[in-house]
Amino acid sequence: MPFSSVVDYQTVATLETFGFLPAMTQEEIYEQIAYVIAQGWTPCIEHVHPSASMRNYWSLWKLPFFGEAELGAIVAELEACHRAYPDHHVRLTGYDAYTQTQGTAFVVFEGRA
Amino acid sequence: MSKKYDAGVKEYRDTYWTPDYVPLDTDILACFKCTGQEGVPREEVAAAVAAESSTGTWSTVWSELLTDLEFYKGRAYRIEDVPADPESFYAFVAYPLDLFEEGSITNVLTSLVGNVFGFKALRHLRLEDIRFPLAFIKTCMGPPNGIAVERDRMNKYGRPLLGCTIKPKLGLSGKNYGRVVYECLRGGLDFTKDDENINSQPFQRWQDRFDFVAEAVRTAEQETGERKGHYLNCTAATPEEMYARAEHAKQLGMPIIMHDYITGGFTANTGLAKWCRRNGMLLHIHRAMHAVIDRHPKHGIHFRVLAKCLRLSGGDHLHTGTVVGKLEGDRQTTLGFIDQLRESYVPEDRTRGNFFDQDWASMPGVFAVASGGIHVWHMPALVTIFGDDSVLQFGGGTHGHPWGSAAGAAANRVALEACVKARNAGRELEKESRDILTEAAKSSPELAIALDTWKEIKFEFDTIDKLDL
Repeated sequence: MPFSSVVDYQTVATLETFGFLPAMTQEEIYEQIAYVIAQGWTPCIEHVHPSASMRNYWSLWKLPFFGEAELGAIVAELEACHRAYPDHHVRLTGYDAYTQTQGTAFVVFEGRA
Repeated sequence: MSKKYDAGVKEYRDTYWTPDYVPLDTDILACFKCTGQEGVPREEVAAAVAAESSTGTWSTVWSELLTDLEFYKGRAYRIEDVPADPESFYAFVAYPLDLFEEGSITNVLTSLVGNVFGFKALRHLRLEDIRFPLAFIKTCMGPPNGIAVERDRMNKYGRPLLGCTIKPKLGLSGKNYGRVVYECLRGGLDFTKDDENINSQPFQRWQDRFDFVAEAVRTAEQETGERKGHYLNCTAATPEEMYARAEHAKQLGMPIIMHDYITGGFTANTGLAKWCRRNGMLLHIHRAMHAVIDRHPKHGIHFRVLAKCLRLSGGDHLHTGTVVGKLEGDRQTTLGFIDQLRESYVPEDRTRGNFFDQDWASMPGVFAVASGGIHVWHMPALVTIFGDDSVLQFGGGTHGHPWGSAAGAAANRVALEACVKARNAGRELEKESRDILTEAAKSSPELAIALDTWKEIKFEFDTIDKLDL
């Protein structure tokens, strides 16, 4: 095999789910938020400085949005959190009260290290 | 007046065929597929199975009058045709709970699939399903951690986990082996796995492997910022040695170990599962030898029984086949026993091969592991079949990438996340698989090459063991 055709794979720092996909468009992010709501999960926003991203506990933004079914309301909260902490990672989690874990969690805004 | 002793041989059905019996909620129920010798009536065969798997002996014995065998005996209570199979039939047997030791899967199997399988009046016998009553389930610990706890510990949400077995499965030195682990994990896998054949051979003693692998896991975690693990295989020749390996894995700070539950045995497995619960360690379970027992459609034990037994004995992951890869497995049947691993209640559903309602109460769930001959093109089907609570493991499909294991791992991770994202957005994965993967490959040269490498590989052989419908 000619080694000229082999590409060197460079390790990337990623943030778990969807970390290997290109940044999502606004439309795509809305689709994922809509999925969280449609599953009956409670949307919740967390943020942390990139230097502490491996912690279990990121800071909670307000409270989990119990009973919130409006996509626009969640989007507005995500943006408000991002404005308040522009350097921080901001992720959306969906709490599943039945399984007692998170149905999903993915980073919406990546912070600056 | 007490009973009289009447020496001699009675027909089994006089005592053990009880068609009017209504099973108790506390009975252990079993469904056997029976193929008797020619000329033996079905009721006699069913009664013989009930007798030989419970209190019966071929001849009446005086000492049975010292107890109340009516209380202890197993009862054949129903016979059903096997659809489209005139020579076999299903026999349903109820066993009183007091026949079994609490929390002992070993004891249940010793009775239900013991001597009776060699019984001459039978040509073939297959244990299709067991209904475990809640009263028995509550005496078993079950999975050391379960799906929810593992997700929280490993920080993996909203998607199947991704793994691979280290290859070549035999012959690497400890340090070279750790190198392959590191490559896979830095490339984006959540887990790597010891091959089941790897225990502690002359070319690679277990402690050497564990130490190098631990460094690989830690380094990959630091560099990627994600949680990683490697299933350190603790299967050993003796329980003492198994526990020594488990202790060392714990001391290295590793999150997960591994055991082969059929070759290692249920007693060893249950013991190790309890150790894992006490020590905060995840437990991956391999199933070597299962196909010897479960593949023949008329003889042996169906895998759904072995899967139920594992959930009771304890394990956080169990291999279930892939449906689409190189190993045997019918789709509906697989969905049926995956339910038994993960759900808290599974209703009777013959179209999935489940013969009984099964209540699992609060027992934790087990991740279904799909592994064996799968590659990126299978990803949309795998995500659809197995859902999020699964571990998808690509061995050849990771290491066989033209640019190496790290690039292969990245290709699989991109494909997985693209499928999850598309599913969440409401797209039909299996129908649109080509489009979804091709789109994802536009931003991932690793995936593009992987799609090209494996585009022609299929494993389209007919399944040998099919549901009788």
